Amino acid sequence: MDRPASFLDEALSLDDGDSNNLQPWIGRVVLVEDCVETNGAFVLHHLIKRFLSPNLSSSDSIVIFVAFAQPFSHYDRILRKMGCNLVVQRENKRLIFFDMLMLECPDDGVEDGIIALYGNIQKAVEAVSSLNKNITIMIDDISLLEVAANGSTKDVLDFMHYCHTLTTQFACTIITVIHEDIYSSADHFTLPLQMEHLADIKIKAEPLVTGLAADVHGQLTILNKGSSDGLGRWKSKIRNFHYRVKENSVEYFYPGGRT
Amino acid sequence: MATNKGRTSSFSRNFSAAPTSSIPGLKYGPNGTIFLSSGVPDLDSGGFHLGSLVMIMEDTEAPHHMLLLRNFMSQGLVHNQPILYASPSTNPRAFLGTLPTMLVSKDDRSRNTDAEQKDLRIAWQYKKYLGENKPHIEERDGKVEYCNEFDLRKPIEKHLIMGNRVECISLLDCSSLAGFRNSCSKFLSQLPRYDGNITSAGRIAIQSLCAPQCEYFDKEWDMLSFIRSLKSMVRSSNAVAFLTFPASLVSPSVSKRWQHLADTLLSVKAIPDEDKELANLLTGYQDMLGLLSVHKVARFNTQVPVILDATTYSIKLQKRRSLVLECLNQAPVDGSSGSSYGTSGSCSGSSKTGTLDF
Repeated sequence: MDRPASFLDEALSLDDGDSNNLQPWIGRVVLVEDCVETNGAFVLHHLIKRFLSPNLSSSDSIVIFVAFAQPFSHYDRILRKMGCNLVVQRENKRLIFFDMLMLECPDDGVEDGIIALYGNIQKAVEAVSSLNKNITIMIDDISLLEVAANGSTKDVLDFMHYCHTLTTQFACTIITVIHEDIYSSADHFTLPLQMEHLADIKIKAEPLVTGLAADVHGQLTILNKGSSDGLGRWKSKIRNFHYRVKENSVEYFYPGGRT
Repeated sequence: MATNKGRTSSFSRNFSAAPTSSIPGLKYGPNGTIFLSSGVPDLDSGGFHLGSLVMIMEDTEAPHHMLLLRNFMSQGLVHNQPILYASPSTNPRAFLGTLPTMLVSKDDRSRNTDAEQKDLRIAWQYKKYLGENKPHIEERDGKVEYCNEFDLRKPIEKHLIMGNRVECISLLDCSSLAGFRNSCSKFLSQLPRYDGNITSAGRIAIQSLCAPQCEYFDKEWDMLSFIRSLKSMVRSSNAVAFLTFPASLVSPSVSKRWQHLADTLLSVKAIPDEDKELANLLTGYQDMLGLLSVHKVARFNTQVPVILDATTYSIKLQKRRSLVLECLNQAPVDGSSGSSYGTSGSCSGSSKTGTLDF
């Protein structure tokens, strides 16, 4: 059955008007920002579903998921309710899952630990690059990667820059989550600023000014920096809408548009 | 059970949890989750997810977090669940003597007294030896209660805190958190999570993890690393970790990181005494000890957030002995002092002139 395009897919330029012909991202960097009150993981779940969907045009996609926040079983149960079986996708090598919940870098070995992590991701990308598939690397989340790196922002930034080289070398897309409320009172804003600089698309989940409600869980603001009009000109667009998260999908609507 | 069931939980979610048939003190929830009780009936329409990290942000002005901590630990002892307790005290074991005992209603008391009298007649001289080793799980009508009420005026029975039931650790003995992490790991290794039936559940209770008197207090990344490690270990075990910390004593950025690490996040706040404005605003102000706020509720295996009807509750002691949480109610407005709606509206004329006067 055809599903109507969602506001989110339109805003992310994932949809060209035909939900049977979803456009994949190629070589994009996407940053999802959230806070304690509004968790942005539902955006990741939506994108996993989209990229592992059989409706994706051109070729199959492969998702490399680096999980610092939740175990595999958590994502599996959520995606099952959305009609996507991660166990099967993992067996078919369309999903490569790195469980990083217990990753610890010793004080004198943070750089080595981070390099080893990048090495594993690069190997996974190289292994599938010959298959002519779209590769998406998802990191949930980069604020926890900082904790795993014992607060070494420099090593985390180096890691992200190295991952960024994969976008040009292998046309990978990188999607990462960052908790922006951690940095709003921090003395240094290096990590979020650098990430925003690298990102082509920024998706921010935050509560409404009036707080949380049962029928409106928050608002999404999407800044899509680079959409080319084909004449060498780049247009950026900003979209804002409200959302309500359900077990198997997310409803998006304009403010006041919910009946 | 008459006591807590007569009172509707203020902290409510839209599911009905069924009790597990074999393990006392555990309940199945939706999405393949299992819950254990917080020990506070009003906080317990479900309870705490097994495998979750619960954090309480303390208010340095008042020790209300200790009420929640005590009830959490007493509930675990009543259900014969192993407990690991850590605090920044030279003798954490002394704290166990302050844990509350179960509240017994008048009906239970008379029923129990009759039964006790009968036992005493039969073998009074042996009863005192039997009580120490027997697992003490209170039953009503043959069923173990999931969540009990506790009498904060009376200490818990001694036999419940004797022996190895509670492992106590002083955080003052930890120059770094590595040793404490190993203790938690060893404790949790007794409670591994399997997909099949669980056989037991346990509790970790950590009081004031970032207390300034601890040697590791200035090592913020070490503390964060410990919490992340604890969260991961607990997630793959049949336990709940309950951790309190004075959020105002760490930097705002680090406090936010702690908050993000929590699966369930609560905070307690003191209420100033004799605050006339609050007294006018809130019903029952004089009975309130403090306020409890719910910032985040654990979401395992689901992406749907829990949106509560109310996120702030008053902390009170019912009959000066049991902890209750109540939704805040605005006190009735005094009709004689307020202006009526008709005269305050700008359409019918304004009481004060301004630049814009319609």
